[in-house]
Amino acid sequence: MTREIQETVPVEVGHLIGKVEEFRDGSYRLVQINCSKVGDVYEINYSFDKDYVFRNLRITVTADTEIPSISGMYWGAFIYENEMHDLFGIRVKGMNIDFKGHLFTTAVKFPFSIAPSTPFKGEKP
Amino acid sequence: MTKQIIVPFGPQHPVLPEPIHLDLVLEDERVIDAIPSIGYIHRGFEKLVEKREYTEYVYIAERTCGICSFIHGATFCQGIEQIMNIDVPERAQFLRVIWSEYSRLHSHLLWLGLFADSFGFENLFMNAWRIRERILDVMEQTTGGRVIQGSCKIGGVRKDISNEKLDEMRRDLDSIESEIKDLTSVFLQDDSIKHRLRNVGKLSKEDAYHLGAVGPTARGSGVAIDLRKTGYGAYGKLNFQLVTDSCGDCYGRCAVRAKELFTSIDFIRQSIQKIPDGPIDVKVTGAPNGEFFARAEQPRGELVHYLKGNGTKFLVRSRIRTPTLTNIPPLVRMLQGCELADVPVIVLSIDPCISCTER
Repeated sequence: MTREIQETVPVEVGHLIGKVEEFRDGSYRLVQINCSKVGDVYEINYSFDKDYVFRNLRITVTADTEIPSISGMYWGAFIYENEMHDLFGIRVKGMNIDFKGHLFTTAVKFPFSIAPSTPFKGEKP
Repeated sequence: MTKQIIVPFGPQHPVLPEPIHLDLVLEDERVIDAIPSIGYIHRGFEKLVEKREYTEYVYIAERTCGICSFIHGATFCQGIEQIMNIDVPERAQFLRVIWSEYSRLHSHLLWLGLFADSFGFENLFMNAWRIRERILDVMEQTTGGRVIQGSCKIGGVRKDISNEKLDEMRRDLDSIESEIKDLTSVFLQDDSIKHRLRNVGKLSKEDAYHLGAVGPTARGSGVAIDLRKTGYGAYGKLNFQLVTDSCGDCYGRCAVRAKELFTSIDFIRQSIQKIPDGPIDVKVTGAPNGEFFARAEQPRGELVHYLKGNGTKFLVRSRIRTPTLTNIPPLVRMLQGCELADVPVIVLSIDPCISCTER
């Protein structure tokens, strides 16, 4: 069996934008952004590809963390960032198109979320 | 300054098989911007992974889409097999390629029919779907299902195709190919179709790449991306020429799909010729512990199943990134500057599959 090599590099939230810029400058395309609930934190993977080489950046955040949008560098990222907000309740700052929770309509609000320990400004606990 | 108005498009519209809504910002009849909204048919598939064992989830994964269902199941299995280091028998890998390519034929013919219908060629629509019926018949004869096959499982496949049946399929492909040649010659050469599709919904190569376009949407703008080139499954043992078109308009996307029908036929022929005898599955024990991004080429483009297991029979996470989800930002770019009357054709040109997208 041939196993595809998939590199995953953990980064701090504060360094995310800089690292994503490196991928953009290296002509990588954004494959996807996805979020997973692991215990009481979220793992968010940013996947890039160039010439079929698949690389990931991973940030690990708590429910209280506001993460920066990468839609300034990858315009199409808004679709994934809105999805993360609507399904996980993750707050993303600076999205180029913000659906404000109306991209995915679900019967249960934020179905995959960990309840944030402190309510965000303007949100009900 | 011209007054701007917003015209809602969808979620129900004659060209849309599934619901997507667009707020079209217009100046006179020119679209200045388009704001997409989905979310009408979110089914919570990814949540189900917490309730179903990973072996059962193959059935769920397959039901993500009613068109490329087999490839969803196969990609999920491929991801679990990578995590668990399972060696799938070669015969099973070739059978997966055969069914995947029949799925692509069925999907592209379905789309060509719908596309013809969107610009008013009823007869072309019927002809495309008539040929598609022959593809569905083969799927039914070999798997038992026309749309949901249920023939893929972790460690291999559930059903074999006898060598006699493979010979029959190979012979049948000759007449299917001949019919497809007649059909696609209309799509590719008819002047009224060219007039309707040329320079409509333009997407440059740079925009296609940087906005994350995949599949025929990317290849129709000259971006040579096709996951089959990575050689997953048995694709590494087969040769193929990647189809691209530099037009970047609705005609280019249509031409790519029309020409890819012949690529799929060639894949099936090569697979039938090279498929070895042997077992079709291996016994799977244990539970997945680890993660993998399984990637495959669906009819609409690159599909990603992210799977994460913790050593129990229930996965921690299954995330499905479908091609339509990533083709929505390029669609928005295509719509900017187009005429209102062209919107239905442009929307359909990305082959939107909304149920897939929302999961």
